[in-house]
Amino acid sequence: MRVEMFTFLLTAAICLAGSAGVVLLRNPVHNALSLVATLFGVAVLFIQQGAYFLAAIQVIVYAGAIVILFLFVIMLLGVDKAEGLDRDPILGQRPAAIAAAVAILGLSLTALLSVGSRVTGQASTLAAIDGSEPNINALAKVLFTDYVFAFEITSVLLTVAVVGAVVLSRKAGSAIDVAEFPEGTTADLLQAKHDAAAVEEDVPEEVATEDETPEGEAETTEEALR
Amino acid sequence: MLALNETWYLVLAAMIFTIGAVGLLTRKNPLVMFMCVELMLNAVNLTFVTFSKALDDIAGQAIVFFVMVVAAAEVVVGLGIIVAIMRRRQGANADDISLMRG
Repeated sequence: MRVEMFTFLLTAAICLAGSAGVVLLRNPVHNALSLVATLFGVAVLFIQQGAYFLAAIQVIVYAGAIVILFLFVIMLLGVDKAEGLDRDPILGQRPAAIAAAVAILGLSLTALLSVGSRVTGQASTLAAIDGSEPNINALAKVLFTDYVFAFEITSVLLTVAVVGAVVLSRKAGSAIDVAEFPEGTTADLLQAKHDAAAVEEDVPEEVATEDETPEGEAETTEEALR
Repeated sequence: MLALNETWYLVLAAMIFTIGAVGLLTRKNPLVMFMCVELMLNAVNLTFVTFSKALDDIAGQAIVFFVMVVAAAEVVVGLGIIVAIMRRRQGANADDISLMRG
């Protein structure tokens, strides 16, 4: 019990420090790195509560993919400079935000702490975590039976998201360059390129002197390929 | 020493959610606002897992799975929109995007 408490307190400190860093630091790269700290902390808390699969997914998808995506966009746009601290456009935006925070936290803490130390509600009878099977098996069973329709819908959602991202990131009005995609199989194209290179290489080989460096050859090949 | 029960996790989740909400309300860089949304989603995920353990029900973890999928899709589309805006207007922040203001 003491070890659990220690783990929880340490992880909670990491989570809170990370989330404070996301809000308070001025450089977007530092914000993204603080976000990683928080996500790892949440993953540890998942493990502590027996959600092993979700912890793995948390590290792989969130800390791995999503934060890397954030960093890509930060670097792509070159916005990794400090944000200007000029005046708020809405009068009193920050005090209002603080008031909202106090309200959210106060209300939720009141609701949490007023009921004492136990969660109300019915314990599950159909999908109980009784430790008789591993976490992944239990989760997979419920995903592919009770929630199979929602699971299929998420695949549609992901496809729509990918198409949307492609549409958004294409430059408007620029047509696809057809010359970039000639007809024929890849093998044919590579063979044709290779033949053309070989034909052109024959000519400089004859006039080449003996002390020609491999770099020169490479350059000739590159030129032929163009 | 105080015993570790689910209230601790729920209070921590409420704190992370509040910090994310404050960031969303105060920051102006759209990327950082997005990160704050991720913080709030994670706080809710932690709450779901805590209740899943407290009520001994795996369905809470299944819902966290779906929340993660939706968050990933949301980030992809949202970052696409941000990149499209930033290409037209260098260094735009959330206050500059006011075309639809009444």
